[in-house]
Amino acid sequence: MTELLQIKAVTKRFGGLVAVNNVSFAVREREILSVIGPNGAGKSTLFKLISSFLNPTSGEVLFRGERISGLAPHIVARKGVVRTFQETTIFKGMTVRDNVIIAHHLRSNASLAGFYLGTTAARRDEDEFGRSADEIIDFLDLGAQRHEIASTLPHGHLRALGIAIGLATNPTVLLLDEPFAGMNHDETVRAVEMVRGVRKRGVTVLLVEHDMPAVMNISDRIVVLNFGVKIAEGTPKEIQENEKVIEAYLGAEDETIGF
Amino acid sequence: MKRTRNILAVAVFLLVVLVGVPWLIEATGRLDLYYTLTSVALLSIASAGVWVTFYIGRINIGQGAFALMGGYVSAILVVQYGVSFWLTLPLAGLFCAAASVLIGLPILRLRGVYFAMVTLVLTEVARLLALALPITNGAKGMVSIPLPGGISIFGLTILPDFATLANPRPAFYLVSVVLMVLCFAALYRLVHSRIGKLCQSLQQNEELASSIGVNIAYLRVIAYAISSFLGGLGGAMFVAISQSIYPSSFTVTDSVNFMLNCFLGGLGHVFGPMIGTFVLYFGWDFLFETGEFQLLIFSSVLIALMLFLPNGLLSLRLFGKKQG
Repeated sequence: MTELLQIKAVTKRFGGLVAVNNVSFAVREREILSVIGPNGAGKSTLFKLISSFLNPTSGEVLFRGERISGLAPHIVARKGVVRTFQETTIFKGMTVRDNVIIAHHLRSNASLAGFYLGTTAARRDEDEFGRSADEIIDFLDLGAQRHEIASTLPHGHLRALGIAIGLATNPTVLLLDEPFAGMNHDETVRAVEMVRGVRKRGVTVLLVEHDMPAVMNISDRIVVLNFGVKIAEGTPKEIQENEKVIEAYLGAEDETIGF
Repeated sequence: MKRTRNILAVAVFLLVVLVGVPWLIEATGRLDLYYTLTSVALLSIASAGVWVTFYIGRINIGQGAFALMGGYVSAILVVQYGVSFWLTLPLAGLFCAAASVLIGLPILRLRGVYFAMVTLVLTEVARLLALALPITNGAKGMVSIPLPGGISIFGLTILPDFATLANPRPAFYLVSVVLMVLCFAALYRLVHSRIGKLCQSLQQNEELASSIGVNIAYLRVIAYAISSFLGGLGGAMFVAISQSIYPSSFTVTDSVNFMLNCFLGGLGHVFGPMIGTFVLYFGWDFLFETGEFQLLIFSSVLIALMLFLPNGLLSLRLFGKKQG
């Protein structure tokens, strides 16, 4: 299998604090890879480093062999590495459908001036975005909420909308930031199915997550961080049996490892 | 259905401002209203610029700087280089747009109150520059600027030479209203195209916009340039009418007023700044009778309006009729 993303000896320092320390791993095409670790392990920082919202102090991230560290986030998104956000980062004042339509921006063939003048290319884009948005909305079971203002949606639907926005950009790799956080058991089961569905569309998924049972259930492979250092990498089974991982989690207060 | 109604509304509006208002003014003999309404039209153009920056989520209290800049650019070109005023009008706008790109690149990274503070300072910087630069003639300002000449294409007179008119006021009124209509039409199109949606996406969440591939830095600068273009346009036209410009022609108070016009009219509606400017300008004049209490009543009413109508005057229509 080809390695789509390569994280190479990435380190991030904030003043004296080393948030991510010399971490290396690779994400293979069409797999679901999870990054886990106790609170403060550096997961979120690593996530931002991969999506280029932060620049590494040293090391680099390669996408298809090409360095993406140091590029602006919108350029990285254009190359096909797209992140979603924790919590409720959506366009609150727009309808669900408008949220998904605007996220198609990357696919537009027409220029901004073209959209202003309403050229044929722009109108073709608009039609295509509308069709594609409706398809994604149905795929994520948001059909009934299509015309509702996003800020009025309940928690679970917001998460789905976040993923819909990510999918609309037609990503090669979708980075999901804690897609199961704050969900009850039933919601998590549905969300896990959603993520599987995303992979079925041919999208490679890298997720950062707290929810152990969900991670064990969904991941092809898992990378474990502790205090900014990678302490293990392997299949869910290998991770569950790894001494270092068990130790790291038993040392933490509010984490349970699901086995 | 909606389209026909919109066209009808625009036709009625044009008929009222281009035919109805001049007829009423001539009939009642209140010729001073020409000047008042011309001011409203021009100030609403500058306010529309401020509205664009609101639309990308930035509070802009610096439009006075660009109105002043546009005014000086036009005045200097007309007086010192003998350029036709009608040519200086777009040039003033473009000069301001170019300047705003240079200013905007660093400051548009700021958000919220920080951006607002920097823009507030801009107006003061513009005033001090106008005082200090040799080309602007310092505190004495530039006076006796010639009236705009005529425009004719192939011998066909489109606009007469304003100096030959017995009373240029109606002419200024008509030109200003046409300019306002053109600016708002262009803005309406902008807001209802994809660019409008992209601006909204910036307003609501810049990080997310960036993650879906929107070049936020570029879009911010474009919006700010459009904003300043409108400011320069309004300023230049104003100078042509008053035939003079001083460093104090546009001050911090004007900058604040441009912003208030947007607030009052409604940030969610393209025509908000137009309504806001109209109501604010006439409201202020109307309260003139109250003498020393003018400012007190005026500001109290403003505060009350913002409390009870946080989405501006145009949100009232939602109660009246359901939009189709």
